Amino acid sequence: MTGSATTAIAGTRTQRPGIWKRNQRALAPWLFLAPGIAMFALYVIYPIVASMWLSFYDWDGLGAKTWLGLENYVELFDDDAFYTSLYNNIIWLVLYMLAVPAGLFVALFLNQTVTGIRIYKSLFFFPFVISQVVVGLIFSWFYAPNFGLFYNLIEWLTGTGVAVLADDRYVTYGIIAAGLWPQIAYCMILYLTGLNNVAPDQIEAARLDGAKGWKMLWHIILPQLRPATFIAVVVTVIGALRSFDLVSIMTDGGPYGSSRVLSFYMFEQALSEYGFRMGYGAAIAVILFAIMMVFISGFIWKMVRDERGL
Amino acid sequence: MVPKPIEHAAPSTQVLYKVALPVALILWLLPLLGVAMTSLKPSSDLAAGNYFGLPSYIAFSNYADVFTNSPIAKYILNSFKVTIPTVIGAVAISCLSGFALAVYRFRMNLLIFFLFVAGNFVPFQILMVPVRDLTVSTGLYNTITGLALFHIAFQSGFCTLFMRNFIKGLPFELIESARVEGVSEFRIFWYIVLPLMRPAIAALSVLVFTFIWNDYFWATVLTTSAETQPVTAGLYSLNGQWIAQWQLVSAGSIIAAMPPVLMFFLMQKHFIAGLTLGATKG
Repeated sequence: MTGSATTAIAGTRTQRPGIWKRNQRALAPWLFLAPGIAMFALYVIYPIVASMWLSFYDWDGLGAKTWLGLENYVELFDDDAFYTSLYNNIIWLVLYMLAVPAGLFVALFLNQTVTGIRIYKSLFFFPFVISQVVVGLIFSWFYAPNFGLFYNLIEWLTGTGVAVLADDRYVTYGIIAAGLWPQIAYCMILYLTGLNNVAPDQIEAARLDGAKGWKMLWHIILPQLRPATFIAVVVTVIGALRSFDLVSIMTDGGPYGSSRVLSFYMFEQALSEYGFRMGYGAAIAVILFAIMMVFISGFIWKMVRDERGL
Repeated sequence: MVPKPIEHAAPSTQVLYKVALPVALILWLLPLLGVAMTSLKPSSDLAAGNYFGLPSYIAFSNYADVFTNSPIAKYILNSFKVTIPTVIGAVAISCLSGFALAVYRFRMNLLIFFLFVAGNFVPFQILMVPVRDLTVSTGLYNTITGLALFHIAFQSGFCTLFMRNFIKGLPFELIESARVEGVSEFRIFWYIVLPLMRPAIAALSVLVFTFIWNDYFWATVLTTSAETQPVTAGLYSLNGQWIAQWQLVSAGSIIAAMPPVLMFFLMQKHFIAGLTLGATKG
């Protein structure tokens, strides 16, 4: 009796640390992941699901929710403001992509070793460091009628100034130009780092073969810059679809809603003085999410492939 | 090196390049230079139509005005109160999760990793209403804690991606040999991997500091009063009050931009290392 009791106790003694020891490697990752997963699930995963669910309701943010089914979406397809926003998003997406070649161009221009070039590189990068709120204010001043630098430049060139931000024909382009300023800087720094790692022997070999200029760039340099190009495209696409700050700061969607984008229109519907239509706002957000998911899945697909290849 | 090193070009080209550099830079920063100049102009200059010339005298008083007649000092303080805990929280969480995803092989590994990556790219608007509700219902609406908690959670996506890839680049033999010696997993993390992560921690801290300092959207969604608003949202409301007083708007903008700019110039190496991780390999 006593003998078996002691062995039992001894057994638990040796087994207790044993369970942890034996499963340590299986349990440890989950313990390490716990805080990250908990926070991310609460603030990112759950809200995505909740927004989708909310898009089927009518809700003012306080009272009871009323089930609408697909009515929010049906209303969207008849909403001119929605189409304006969607159209502007497409313009953003297309023109924002200019940041990638422009960034490459600036990077090639600055990839030299003259004295002081480091300072030039950091100053060219400068616009990316400052907040979009400040960029928006800077460009509002730049475009300001009567005394803005840009206004005066146009007046000097054509005889009549253009109040970019008050003209529904130009306003979106004006805001995109402001957005391109930091985005080009971002792409530039990605390419500068990429250029640092281009294999010099390949370039020498290509040079001996007589490759120059465009040919060199297209066939020798660009293939080696592919990782930088991938990241530049990803951040530019996401940046274009996320554009909100500049629209809010520079025009508040105006004049007459002509510079709205989906992200801004959603905010306006759900959370501004125009009313608290949370369900309708959620429906707009779901559409924007769906558009972005097309791109995100593409990026992830490529990343998974690279990961498997490693 | 690409393009051809300019030292090997004709002397005339070299001179041309050296002239082109500052000219290009001035054109590139023209809007910023204009605002910096405006922030130093007395209001009488602007009233008299001196928009482009040099200030008739350097009016630092605009800066003094901004500080005395607006809550900008409070806004700046709020920004720090949101940004610093976010940097600490997001970096700490991602050290753990990055380690887990880089070192262990388990079935859900890639799935969880790409969930973090994908979450990092979603539009903010799909999160907006539920996150606001969550913050309201926990009593954290219009508080610095509420804003910082969201930022920590959201940034942990990008930070995990970053940390995981960094740890993947470390020599795995270190961990293997420690395991053979019977060192526990937590000790491996704490004594072997964490000390090697210092450069990644530095790079990520600088980057997250800038991202959060410059955040405007969540500041407008989750805070409403001057007591809690960070400087980006604050600047927006001040801009509404200072209609046409461009010398004040400019001075306020420069003040708001200062901390991340200083951070960038002081920690440039880390900043760029952080931003371009992945731009060179896979």
